[in-house]
Amino acid sequence: MTTARAAAIILGKELRLEFRTRELLTATVVFALTVLVLFNFAFDPTAADARRIGPGLLWIAFLFSGSLMLNPSFARERSNDTLDALRMAPVSAFAILLGKMLANFIFMALAEVILVLVFSVLYNVPLAGVAGRLVLVLVLGTAGLVITGTVFSAISAHARMRELLLPLLLLPILAPLLIAAVEATASLLTDPPALDRTWVTFLAGFDIVFLTASWLLCDFLVEE
Amino acid sequence: MPAEHSNSMAGRMAATLFIAALVMCAGYAALFIAPEEATMGLIQRIFYFHVAAWSSMFIAFYIAVFANIAYLITRRAKFDWLGLASVEVGVMCCTIGLVTGPIWAHPVWGVWWTWDARLATTFILWLLYISYLLLRGLVDEPQRRAMLSAVFGIFAFLDVPLVYVSNRLWRTTHPQPVILGGDKSGLDPTMGKVLGFCIFAILGVMILVLLDRYRVEKLRHDFDELRFEVESRAADAQSNLAKAKP
Repeated sequence: MTTARAAAIILGKELRLEFRTRELLTATVVFALTVLVLFNFAFDPTAADARRIGPGLLWIAFLFSGSLMLNPSFARERSNDTLDALRMAPVSAFAILLGKMLANFIFMALAEVILVLVFSVLYNVPLAGVAGRLVLVLVLGTAGLVITGTVFSAISAHARMRELLLPLLLLPILAPLLIAAVEATASLLTDPPALDRTWVTFLAGFDIVFLTASWLLCDFLVEE
Repeated sequence: MPAEHSNSMAGRMAATLFIAALVMCAGYAALFIAPEEATMGLIQRIFYFHVAAWSSMFIAFYIAVFANIAYLITRRAKFDWLGLASVEVGVMCCTIGLVTGPIWAHPVWGVWWTWDARLATTFILWLLYISYLLLRGLVDEPQRRAMLSAVFGIFAFLDVPLVYVSNRLWRTTHPQPVILGGDKSGLDPTMGKVLGFCIFAILGVMILVLLDRYRVEKLRHDFDELRFEVESRAADAQSNLAKAKP
């Protein structure tokens, strides 16, 4: 079986599992919405403030909710020892990782679409004109988040206090991604919007570096 | 065995005394031999130990990533001990750098801290390797701990250049919050020599502590194995006893 096909099967399994209950997705969206609402009380932003701090707020909400959402990705394979079953299946370790990354990407992307729309309405920041370019930034930033996040979820699944450990491992690594994603998003909110290519390239580079690293190291992560 | 042990003990004592003497000489050189810096004055002398701590930190973290990769390739426990020892020593040097930096920065820049690319990168570096140590503390199985922390160590190492580049790009698009007094532009030759000597002395301390830390880890491993053997033999003896009784 090719890696792509195996990854697609894992992806299908993850999606089926999630859409049966939608627990993870609901919790993620509600958590991020809470961050958006609390932000209003903490800073009482005007429309101009929201344009200036909005990109940072959005990405902080994505990163924090992501570091919570990615936790069960491997941890829930432990409760019924299903990770052993996955390991025994005739698929490569990278296929398992890739399938989970794709599933997490879809969950994260769904949550982000809802959050961006809510942000745009609540803080009066019109985003319709830059939708295409915004999607590009969101895709690249989210890819970096789920690539590192899925790998670290495989790491923290074996630790005690894993719910606490995953954000500790993940958030410092994501510092460069946060800078790049916030700056790229901010460049879309200026008047006139001008997408900063440097940061888009940086995001793509971040994704490539860590995807390659996880491809090289995946055998050690999934192995018994 | 005891002779060999006391021999290596004597060697370590001698090395420790030698390094201690070096550090004292380095302290004397930094305080009295190096000329006073023209604008910054006395406080500039912290620079000799500040830079020395950074150079040792870099070497420690390079050893750490080497040990992480070597562990994944060979699966030999000694590389895991080396990885842990060098990260701990590196974090120690990093902490010294992060503490001495603001002490110097406050009178010279007028602020304790500024989000300059180098400072921000170091702070993230410190957080990353603290997480590495936390991760090790939270995984109980020794082999799994070694494997997972090696993978995390490599990811953390890959992240460092990205943090630096992103901060550089970020800061060029934003105005600098303070004017940085650059001491890179032409170092007095005596200052250069003193600095070299201090770097050498601190490097000696770092390597000494690293070797001792490595030895402690090895002893802990040996101890765990012995305890495991004692426990399994005791269990065997008990079950034999139980069988013999009736």
